[in-house]
Amino acid sequence: MRPDAAAALEARATTLTFGGVLRSEWTKIRSLRSTVWTLVATVVLTIGTSALLAWAVSAHLEPSFLADVDPVRDSMSGLMFGQLTVAVIGAMAITSEYSTGTIRTTLTVVPRRVTVLTAKLTVLACVVLVCGLLCSFVSFFIGQSFFANATVTDRDGAADTVTHLDLHVALTDPGVLRAVVGGGLYLAAGGLLALALGALLRNTAAAISTAIGLLFVVPLLANFLPSAWEANVVKWLPTNAGSAIWSLRPTTGDNPMLGPWTGYGVFVAYVLTALLAAAVLLRRRDT
Amino acid sequence: MIEALHLSKRYGERLAVDDLSFEVLPGRVTGFLGPNGAGKSTTMRMIVGLDAPSGGSVTVCGQPYTQHGSPLSTVGALLDARAVHGGRSAYDHLLSLAHTHGLRRRRVQEVLELVGLAEVSRRPVRGFSLGMSQRLGIAVALLGDPEVLLFDEPVNGLDPEGIVWIRGLMRELAAQGRTVLVSSHLMSEMEHTADDLVVIGKGRLISSCTVDEFIERNCRTEVRVTTPEPARLVALLEEHGGTVRSEPDGSLVVGGLDAVRVGDLAFDGSVRIHQLVSVQASLEAAFMELTRSSVEYQASPSVGAPEAEVRS
Repeated sequence: MRPDAAAALEARATTLTFGGVLRSEWTKIRSLRSTVWTLVATVVLTIGTSALLAWAVSAHLEPSFLADVDPVRDSMSGLMFGQLTVAVIGAMAITSEYSTGTIRTTLTVVPRRVTVLTAKLTVLACVVLVCGLLCSFVSFFIGQSFFANATVTDRDGAADTVTHLDLHVALTDPGVLRAVVGGGLYLAAGGLLALALGALLRNTAAAISTAIGLLFVVPLLANFLPSAWEANVVKWLPTNAGSAIWSLRPTTGDNPMLGPWTGYGVFVAYVLTALLAAAVLLRRRDT
Repeated sequence: MIEALHLSKRYGERLAVDDLSFEVLPGRVTGFLGPNGAGKSTTMRMIVGLDAPSGGSVTVCGQPYTQHGSPLSTVGALLDARAVHGGRSAYDHLLSLAHTHGLRRRRVQEVLELVGLAEVSRRPVRGFSLGMSQRLGIAVALLGDPEVLLFDEPVNGLDPEGIVWIRGLMRELAAQGRTVLVSSHLMSEMEHTADDLVVIGKGRLISSCTVDEFIERNCRTEVRVTTPEPARLVALLEEHGGTVRSEPDGSLVVGGLDAVRVGDLAFDGSVRIHQLVSVQASLEAAFMELTRSSVEYQASPSVGAPEAEVRS
């Protein structure tokens, strides 16, 4: 049983610490090939769609659109797709424990349940933030190379007149660095929302579809609202509030947006509310 | 040491555990017995705080489990061997648990070798057989070198060699002064492993005592006797306070008198006897009888079930 009595003594002298639980959650996330691949998919999907959309916008401008061009947001629009795979990672960080039953082992070894949730969200936020920053910076630079030579086609006359404009911005321009870093912050908060939903619903399919519904479908549905409501309601929706942080211009289409930090604050407030509810239920429910 | 006091657990209308009080002592293997659905797993989940009791309390080493500063070295639990993410390796699963309490990688390697999984420890768990999963669950339980061990149906899926191994392991853990609680729905499993028994049925305590006491109280010794003159012998034995019933094979089973007395009475009455044996009802039979009324899902007696099986 005990080939090495010293090792056994050492085992007895240990205590449960938050740092230990953090390391544990990090080990869990990195030891699953599925998480690693989903992160890779996020990077490829986000940068790929960002580049494609940045090219499409920059190559097909018309004079009347010019006022709406946001060279930062329009070079990182792939984040809207990246948040889908991030939602999968966030939700599965906890629902995979429920579906496999690992949660019972986890909560037996660490009976302080809120500690488990806090460690999980910290590790997830860091991982998604790093992944998100990689996405936003690479997308930004690819996008700027397109916007440096944007094609504007004036279809007004009998023949199209084509002009080339340099619309690109630099990281040092006002608000740009904030917006690019904001892309990473946005994805991190989205991942946490999915984690909270996963902890609340304890089911992978339910959590992922709810997260995607909130982040992706609700903003689309809002387009069908009567226009009188639109201006007041749309800016408060999670995705729209959150994307203010990675935009330079304070509008989407005709709608005003919240300020960058106000908008992100609103998004984070949604996330924190969901996490708080998750923590309360995690403490109360039988496992 | 585990102490349960008036422990209850209600799921909606159903009382899964009903006013259960018992003690599990260190240095002994305690068998936790009951038919399927008796509330064994629920009780074990309450011991480690996974389920909150609806009433009463349970403590481990003097305080509720969740208040211990080092839970992993207080209780090691094998509750569900399949509760592992299939995509993770056994090593990473153990490592993630070891990290919570700051245990070294060396300890992970040690328990892997102890349960015989060192060679497959880097493979994804989804390829493990049920027996291998049980071994991994046991490795988890042993990881923190805990004072108390809980094993829920540990022999499920183990091969005969594995069963012998885990019996030896439980005896050894108890010999080291640890508290070992092992649940099973089979008495035969406990007969040679356990020192003490806690028997429950439908969530209620049926019996809490040592195995020897259990045998003494519940396993009557009977005498089986074969004679060419049953009528005379029955009359003789009943006259001297014995209870007799006939078996289908023609032999008589006598209660209330021991073999010596039966032999002497037959000799004195000049009744010829061909066979005289003392029979002890098995622990299994005693357990079945004790829990019969509390079996949750009972098959109806099969056609032609030998009446002799019912001893009452």
